[in-house]
Amino acid sequence: MRHLLQTIRDLWKDPMGRVGIIGVLLLILLAVIAPLAAPYDPEQMVAMPKLAPCAEHWFGTDNYGRDIFSRILYGARVSLEVGIIAVGIGATAGYVLGLVAGYFEGPVDRVIMCVMDILFAFPSILLAIFISAVLGRGIGPTMVAIGIVNIPVFARTVRAAVISAKGLEYVSNARSVGVRTGAILIRHISPNVVAPFTVQATLALSSAILTEASMSFLGLGIQPPDPSWGSMLSEARSYMEQAPWTALFPILFIVVTILLFNILGDSLRDVLDPKLKT
Amino acid sequence: MEHLLEMRNLSIDLSRGKRRRPVKLVEGIDLNIDKKQNFGVVGESGCGKSITCSSIMGLLSFPLSVGRGSVIRFQRSDGSETDLLKLSKKELQKLRGKDISMIFQEPMTALDPMYTIEDQIVESLRFHTDMNKAQMHEAALDMLKKVKIPRPEQILTDYPHHLSGGMLQRVMIAIALINNPRLLIADEPTTALDVTIQAQILDLMNELREIYDTSVIMITHDLGVIAETCEQVAVLYAGQVVEEAGVDEIFHNTAHPYTVGLLRSVTSLGGAQKELYAIRGTVPTAGNFSAGCRFADRCEHCMSICREQAPKLVEVSHGHKCRCWLHTGITREEAAQ
Repeated sequence: MRHLLQTIRDLWKDPMGRVGIIGVLLLILLAVIAPLAAPYDPEQMVAMPKLAPCAEHWFGTDNYGRDIFSRILYGARVSLEVGIIAVGIGATAGYVLGLVAGYFEGPVDRVIMCVMDILFAFPSILLAIFISAVLGRGIGPTMVAIGIVNIPVFARTVRAAVISAKGLEYVSNARSVGVRTGAILIRHISPNVVAPFTVQATLALSSAILTEASMSFLGLGIQPPDPSWGSMLSEARSYMEQAPWTALFPILFIVVTILLFNILGDSLRDVLDPKLKT
Repeated sequence: MEHLLEMRNLSIDLSRGKRRRPVKLVEGIDLNIDKKQNFGVVGESGCGKSITCSSIMGLLSFPLSVGRGSVIRFQRSDGSETDLLKLSKKELQKLRGKDISMIFQEPMTALDPMYTIEDQIVESLRFHTDMNKAQMHEAALDMLKKVKIPRPEQILTDYPHHLSGGMLQRVMIAIALINNPRLLIADEPTTALDVTIQAQILDLMNELREIYDTSVIMITHDLGVIAETCEQVAVLYAGQVVEEAGVDEIFHNTAHPYTVGLLRSVTSLGGAQKELYAIRGTVPTAGNFSAGCRFADRCEHCMSICREQAPKLVEVSHGHKCRCWLHTGITREEAAQ
C-alpha cells in the first residue's frame, strides 16, 4: 500500500505522468457517468440524420439521426470495459505461465514459450479475428479474443523478470534455508515482477482498446446497435465527405485515449524502473 | 560412518545443449568433513569452490548438474546416513536450513529488501519448526543477541538497507544458525566486508561453532582466513583437489607448486617484500584442459611428463595429499626419459 502511494506520488511529480493520470481518470469518469451525462439515448433516433454539431447535439448526429456525443460516451464504456477485462484475462494467464516458465526453466519453459512464440508470430488483429470467428461475435467473445492475444506479451515480460529475480542472492538464500518453492515464488520473486507487469498492463490496455476498435470497424467485434468507437467509425466511413464529424469524433476519442494510456504507461515505466532515472 | 560428510568422486557438469557433451567443471573430488571440524576450501576465482559446496545442498540449477557416480554421504542428527544427491526435492527442502545452512558472500544482496530482519529470520523457523508467532519472535531476538547485535529489539523491525554490511553478515549468521545445523557452509563470508569487520565476523563464527557444535566448510581465497579458522584445508585448482592437508602442514610443508604460489602472493605488512608475487597466466577454462597436469602451463617446475600425463592425488606424508609429479617419488631424470 505504501509502495502504491509512493508510486502515485512519483508519477504526479512528472508532468507527463500528471497528464496521463488526469486524462485517464477523466475518461473513466466519463464512462462511469455516461447514463447520467448523455443527453440522449445512444440507440434512438433523436433528430435529423447527419446533423452538423450544434447547441442541442454537440457532436452532431449520425446517418440514423442518433446523437454522436451520447454514443461516444457509451462507447467509452464499451472500450474501457473490453480493454480492462481483456487485459485482465491476458495478464492473469500470462502471469501464471510466465512465472512457471521462468522459475522452472527446462522442458516446461520450452513448451510454454514455444506456444507463446507461435501466438506471438501472428499479427494481433489477425489472431483476434481468428479467435472471434471461432467464439462468435459480441462483447464477450471479443474480450476473450483480445485477452488471448495479450497472453504472450505478459508471459514474456513476467518470465524475463522471474529469470532475473531468480538469480538474486536473496532468492538462493531463501532456498538455502529450506523455504518451499511456492513461498519463494510468492514472497521473494513476485515483488520483482510487479513493476514491469504494471507497465505492460497499462500499455496493453491501449493496444486492447485499439484492437477492439479495429475489430468493430471490421464488423467482428461489438455488434450494432451497441455503440463502439470502432463500429461508429465503420458506419461513418461512407459519409465522410458529407458529414465529416461522424468520423471525426470517434477518431479523436480513439486517438486521445490511446495517447493517454501510452503517456501513463511511459511515465509509469520511468517511475518504476530506477535504472532509467537520470 | 565416521565422518559427518563424505564426498566421493564428485563431478559437476555444465550442460551445453543436447548435441554437445557436457563440460566437467569439477572432477573427482573426494573430501571428508569431520564432526566439529573447520574445513577450508581455497582456490582462485572460477576453480569450482562455490559450485562444489552448492552441490551439497542441492542448490545447483540448470545448466549445472551433479555428474554420474558422485556420492555425498551425510550423517543426520539421529545417526542415520543419507546420500544427499538421492534426496527428493521435498526432503532437500526439509534438510536445508535445518541440518545444513549456508552463509553467502554478499550480505547486502542476500537479504530480501522487501521484508524486515525479523521476517527473514523467522522464515527459516516457519518451515522447520511448529513454533507460534510469539515463540518465533523470542527465538529471533535470542539469536540476534547471540550474534552480538546491539539494540536487537529495534533491529528486528528494520529493513536490510538500514544496516551495515557487517551487521547484515551477523544477521545472515543468525539465520543460518537458528535451527542449530550440523554443517554450516560459509561461502567467502568475509570477502565483501571491511577489513576491520572481517576479524570480528571470524571470531564470532569460531565462538558460535563452539556453542553449537557445528562443522564449518569455509570457502575462501584468503589464506589468512584459513590460517585463522581452519583445521583441515583442501586447495582446489581447475576443478580438482591439488593438495589437502592439516592447516599447519599446508603452511609449513607446502607441497604443490600452486599452493606455494598462492602463499607467495599473500601481501604482508612490514616485510622485506619488494614486489607482490603473482602466479603467471590464468586458470584454463573448463573444457580446455590438457591431457597432462592442469597447472603445467603456469608451473615453474614443469617437466615433460607434466604435459603428457595427469598426476594422481597421492599421500606424500601422513594425512597430506598432493597432486603433483614432483611428489610421486620419481626424479627429474626419470621423468625426462
